[in-house]
Amino acid sequence: MDSYSKRKNIIILIFLLVGIVFIVRLFLLQVLDTTYKKTATNNVLREVVDYPSRGLIYDRKGRLMVYNQAAYDLLATPREIGRFDTTLLCSILNIEKARIERSLTKAKKYSKYKPSIIVKQISPERYALLQEKMYKFPGFYVQPRTLRKYNYDNSAHVLGYVGEVSPSMMEDDSYYKQGDYIGSTGIESTYEKYLRGVKGKSYYLVDVHNRVKGSYDRGNMDVSPVKGSDLITTIDAELQQYGEKLLQNKIASIVAIEPESGEILSLVSAPGYKPSDMVGRERVENYPRLVGDSLLPLFNRAVRALYPPGSTFKMMNALIALQEEVITPRTRFMCNHGYHVGSFSMGCHHDREFQLDASIAQSCNAYYAYTFRRILESSKFADVKEGYEKWREHVLSFGLSETIAPEIPDELPGLIPTSDYYQHRVFPYSRWRALPIISLSIGQGEIQTTPLQMANYAAALANKGYYYTPHLVKDILGTDETIVDVEKHQTMIDSIYFEEVFDGMEHVFSFDHQGTARASRVPGIRICGKTGTAENPHGEDHSTFIAFAPRENPKIAVAVYVEYGKWGSTFAAPIATLLIEKYLNDSIQGSRQYIEKNMMEANLLFPDEPNYFKIE
Amino acid sequence: MAIRNNTWGNLDWLTILIYIILVISGWFNIYSAVYNDEFSSIFDLSQRYGKQMIWIGLSAVLAFFILLVDSKFFVTFSYVLYVLFALLLILVLFVGKEVNGAKSWLMLGSLAIQPAEFAKLGTSLAIAKLISSYSFSFNNFRKVLALALLILIPVVLIVLQNDTGSALVYIVFIIPLFREGMSGLILFFVFYAALLFILTLVVSPLAIIVTVVVLALFADLIIRKRWGDLLKIIVLIGFWSLVVWGYSEFFTEKSIDAYYVLVRSSVLASIVLMFVSLIKRIPQAPLIVSMFLLSLAFIFTVDYAFNEILESHHRARINNLIGVESDPLGAGYNVNQSKIAIGSGGLTGKGFLQGTQTKYDFVPEQSTDFIFCTVGEEWGFIGTSAVVIFFIVLIIRLIILAERQRSAYSRIFGYCVASIIFFHFAVNIGMTIGLAPVIGIPLPFFSYGGSSLWFFTILLFVFLKLDSSRFEQLH
Repeated sequence: MDSYSKRKNIIILIFLLVGIVFIVRLFLLQVLDTTYKKTATNNVLREVVDYPSRGLIYDRKGRLMVYNQAAYDLLATPREIGRFDTTLLCSILNIEKARIERSLTKAKKYSKYKPSIIVKQISPERYALLQEKMYKFPGFYVQPRTLRKYNYDNSAHVLGYVGEVSPSMMEDDSYYKQGDYIGSTGIESTYEKYLRGVKGKSYYLVDVHNRVKGSYDRGNMDVSPVKGSDLITTIDAELQQYGEKLLQNKIASIVAIEPESGEILSLVSAPGYKPSDMVGRERVENYPRLVGDSLLPLFNRAVRALYPPGSTFKMMNALIALQEEVITPRTRFMCNHGYHVGSFSMGCHHDREFQLDASIAQSCNAYYAYTFRRILESSKFADVKEGYEKWREHVLSFGLSETIAPEIPDELPGLIPTSDYYQHRVFPYSRWRALPIISLSIGQGEIQTTPLQMANYAAALANKGYYYTPHLVKDILGTDETIVDVEKHQTMIDSIYFEEVFDGMEHVFSFDHQGTARASRVPGIRICGKTGTAENPHGEDHSTFIAFAPRENPKIAVAVYVEYGKWGSTFAAPIATLLIEKYLNDSIQGSRQYIEKNMMEANLLFPDEPNYFKIE
Repeated sequence: MAIRNNTWGNLDWLTILIYIILVISGWFNIYSAVYNDEFSSIFDLSQRYGKQMIWIGLSAVLAFFILLVDSKFFVTFSYVLYVLFALLLILVLFVGKEVNGAKSWLMLGSLAIQPAEFAKLGTSLAIAKLISSYSFSFNNFRKVLALALLILIPVVLIVLQNDTGSALVYIVFIIPLFREGMSGLILFFVFYAALLFILTLVVSPLAIIVTVVVLALFADLIIRKRWGDLLKIIVLIGFWSLVVWGYSEFFTEKSIDAYYVLVRSSVLASIVLMFVSLIKRIPQAPLIVSMFLLSLAFIFTVDYAFNEILESHHRARINNLIGVESDPLGAGYNVNQSKIAIGSGGLTGKGFLQGTQTKYDFVPEQSTDFIFCTVGEEWGFIGTSAVVIFFIVLIIRLIILAERQRSAYSRIFGYCVASIIFFHFAVNIGMTIGLAPVIGIPLPFFSYGGSSLWFFTILLFVFLKLDSSRFEQLH
């Protein structure tokens, strides 16, 4: 034996040591450390989102208003893109070469391995062309999406639009991922949670080149998308369309409410836009144009425009005075071309004595100056200030100075000033008196209301003292849930005081009583209404009108505002009565069709175009 | 004598059994790694698994013929074979085919042969012949020079092919040399320097310095057999740590980290120890302390040279070589994906043909250099540890066989065979689990490829033939 044979032990020891180190290392790696399992799964799993179709929207009579249309996004994974004919792709999709190149550069910058959207919202027609040639574009694939489509191209402000989710929204709600659609305004936004449905997921195994190799776990982990819930709105799509036609070429708004339920039948803000203007690729062009328009078509006047209510507010003061028992329906006040106290004067058109009935029909200012003073200066109250506070309480019970429609997030509350407001501004050094704030008696001065609030006020009148929460959605199909609790709001006026006020409102249309809106009389329908003129410091006054009908069983309450329309009787009253007639009778009787024609054609906006209405 | 000359009766069937197990499991793992639905038969000749079946069949034929050859042939023609293979290495430089940047393949029709593999056989035979000659001694400078040239010539030729990985295998010849009487210090220094080099780059310098300090102290204690000194040394280092930390805390502006406290206190403690040892006339102490200081200097040099002198792309390449996961998608991608594949296998694996990492090409070279990933992913810890155990048993069995040889020639050759298989095994599996640099060398018997399989078959069976003739007089 050679002298170094013992060295075999050292060598065997080294070999054994390496073996043991390997086994220990493998044990750590495979058995103790579980993170690698997850990494391996992440490596091969590709999650593909299956988009659910968005809930449909119906009108109150079950007419389909909003549905979905297929559109296709073209995606590409930069690493997989082979040689392809850019010109061919551009001609199929009808877009410029530069746009595709820009998208591809952006996609490469984002990730070479992950797909990016190259062209959005390809129409089904173009998709059909593209599909045949798809094999010529390696690395590209198409993902189906849905776009909104409208049967009635109206109600834009009610419905709102669907847009791509913004980064801040994605932060707030992890449901949304880059490129998802979300309701941005209107009920698309309010009811987003119900309309969107639930995204589905499919898992695919991919190889290192991100090529799909098959479904994962035989599709057991896949989740099918759940279709969004359909909505039934309170809107009458035909009435809405009619309202929008009447308001063409005017800055105006209409709100119509069903008094017995609080359901909003129609909500029009003009000038507006077509819902289809905000869909898909059209929005890219239309949105900046609408934002830049000086007539503010995106501005929802029906819930955000603030006007003094004008003479339509007179019923409010009459009812408060009756409730506080400072007048009776037979109380008479003298109008002597207005109301005059010392050097103070508030103009009017009459030279006669008025009772409640005629004061409404002929809209006498002096009558309400007396009435308002009687309320505030009543001996029931310690002083005028306390009287004002009581008056304000009554007014607020009609839903003024607060937001009343929870579904409409951008609604403004308007303003009925608090007593503190007048304390600081009007009576800082003197005691409270009624005279400095006497314009409140005829709905002018500091008070501000929205068309929605005035329609709601009309509904409360129709109901003789209560109103239901105004709302836009009747039902979310397939669920018992609701977003809005429709509550009955009781005003502070007892129902017994309304009939006399209604008499006056009905006589507004009466020739015999020289009613202010007698020209808008609708034979066959007992309408209660009231004209108003909202003071406009910027130009011609605004024409307003509120009404409900039929008197015996009110089905519709309406408020109409037409900016720069001057008298309530010139525009607002005809439009309101046409709307009522249309809603109740479904058609306009022959004797009134010339009014309909005049209203639709009247142009208050563009002096250079036909039918421009010049106010003398 | 009839029995003694019976090749079949004297064959070591245990080795052959392990060989067959490894080759067959390699074949199944190749099938799984490159499995293709369209060609699902393992016998499909258009796929790698079908081809591997042919290579395995040819290997059996080769093995059979080698066993028929008279063992004296190998002894007699050792140098001739060495020269022949060296010439092939030169030939490949001119007519070779370039694969992955290395010009290392000879094409014989559709057969691809890698001469670098076979050169290891020639070198093993030549080394065995040289060292077993009567006049050889490790003290004879001319003989040692001849030995060095025997090894270096193929190394240089292989490096010229730009196949550094294959050239590195030649380091392993120090194992048979060590067995035959080469100074153990050389083995120790080579291992120590390689270990320090890799560890310095892979692990943080702090951890290595702690290791070196502990090693030095234990070396000191073992040599002096005075365990009571352990406490003294700990107190000594603790004291200097306090001094260094206190100094920097109270007398300088900057606060320092544990790394420097430990380095400085260890150096100071070592100097104190050296003085004490010199005064007490303990002979080994200066050696240990200077070794310790040299190690520290080496670590700092490597660390400094690596971070300050080398350009970043050089750094990336070395980091890649040693498998540092500095950039999982760049240089460290292979090792990272390989670890994910093996790690995701768990205890029992995902099952045959169920691996996703290897099947979907996340692991590169999954049928050749990274075949072990498939084992790890589909068969789990049970599979991998079985493979490791089979290899270790095979290698140790070869050492036992080598030791039972009567002739030094057979013994040395046996050590060469065991060492070459060991190196391939250690580096290949080591790289897949992040313990060794990523050197593109195949796993013996497992990896796809005729050239590699034939080489290892020939290597093994030449030795088995020599072993079966161990009762004959070979010289």
